[in-house]
Amino acid sequence: MDNFTVGVVVFPGSNCDRDVSWALEGCLDIRTKYLWHESSDLSDVDAIVLPGGFSYGDYLRCGAIARFSPLINALDEFVKSGKRVLGICNGFQILTESGFLPGALVTNKNLNFICDDVELDIVSSKGGWFNNGDEKQTIKLPIAHGEGRYHCDSDTLKKLVDNELIALRYKNNPNGSSFDIAGITNEKGNVLGLMPHPERACDETIGGTDGLFTLKSLVLK
Amino acid sequence: MDQFAVKVFVRLRPSVLDPAGEATKSASIKLGAEGIKSLRIGKMIEVKIEGNGENEVREKIDLLCDRLFANTVIEDYEYSLEKL
Repeated sequence: MDNFTVGVVVFPGSNCDRDVSWALEGCLDIRTKYLWHESSDLSDVDAIVLPGGFSYGDYLRCGAIARFSPLINALDEFVKSGKRVLGICNGFQILTESGFLPGALVTNKNLNFICDDVELDIVSSKGGWFNNGDEKQTIKLPIAHGEGRYHCDSDTLKKLVDNELIALRYKNNPNGSSFDIAGITNEKGNVLGLMPHPERACDETIGGTDGLFTLKSLVLK
Repeated sequence: MDQFAVKVFVRLRPSVLDPAGEATKSASIKLGAEGIKSLRIGKMIEVKIEGNGENEVREKIDLLCDRLFANTVIEDYEYSLEKL
C-alpha cells in the first residue's frame, strides 16, 4: 500500500494497540506507526486508530482523561483536514468524550462486562467504512466492554438517523444501547467510532474476517 | 489569596438509566430496608482551591465541572463552597 502509514495511538492502559498493528501489518500489509499519546506531531501518518483498552485506567469516566492528551488536541486539525480516524471500543469512548462524535458510552444495562461475538446490521456505509453493497448486510464482530451502552438525547438520535450517521446496529442489543447503536460516524464520514473490535476479526483461524473491510478502508482518501 | 473547600456532586441525568443504582436498590431490599422508592449513585469530588475571592474560584470550579468532572451529555453537577 505504498507509503501509507496508519498511526496507532498508545495511551497508558491501551491494550489493543498491538492487535490493531498486527491486523494492519500482518493481514493487510498496511504500514503502522505507534504514536505515544504525548506526541502532537501527526505529520507522518495518513490515518489514525484509537485502539481499545483502558486509557488512564478508565478513571473518572472512560476516555475522560485521555481527551486532554496532546495527541487528542492535535487530532482536531487532522480530522478537519479530512483524514480518517477510527476509534475502537475505548477509542470510541475517547471520541465521544472529546466531542468528535455525539453522545456518550455508559455502563452496560446488565452491569456485566460482555465478551462475545455479536451480529451487526450495516445501516450506513457513509465514509466507505463498511461494504454495504447488498440491500441489507449483516456482519459478525467480537465485543468486549463493560461501558458500551450508547446514550444520546432524542434530538441527537434524530440527527443521527436523518443524516445517516448510524453505521452499525446490534441485531440483539447486548448492552442496552439507544436504538441498538454499535457505531456511528461524524457528518463528514471521516471519523468512525464503534464498540465492536474489527481488528479481532481479520483471520479465519481466529473466528472470522468481517473486520478486514473496515481496517482496509483506513487507506481511502 | 483565599482558600476554599469545594464539594462537587456529579449525578447521572434523570433520563439516563443507572444499572448500578438499580442493583444497589435490589440489595438494599434484600437487606430488609423497606420503602425505598428510588436509588441512584453519583460521585462526590472534594477540591481545596485558592483564588482571589469567591467569584474567581467559582469560575474555576465551573470550568472544571463543565469540561472534566461531569460529562454533561449524561451527567448534571452542583457544588457547595466553603471559605477556609
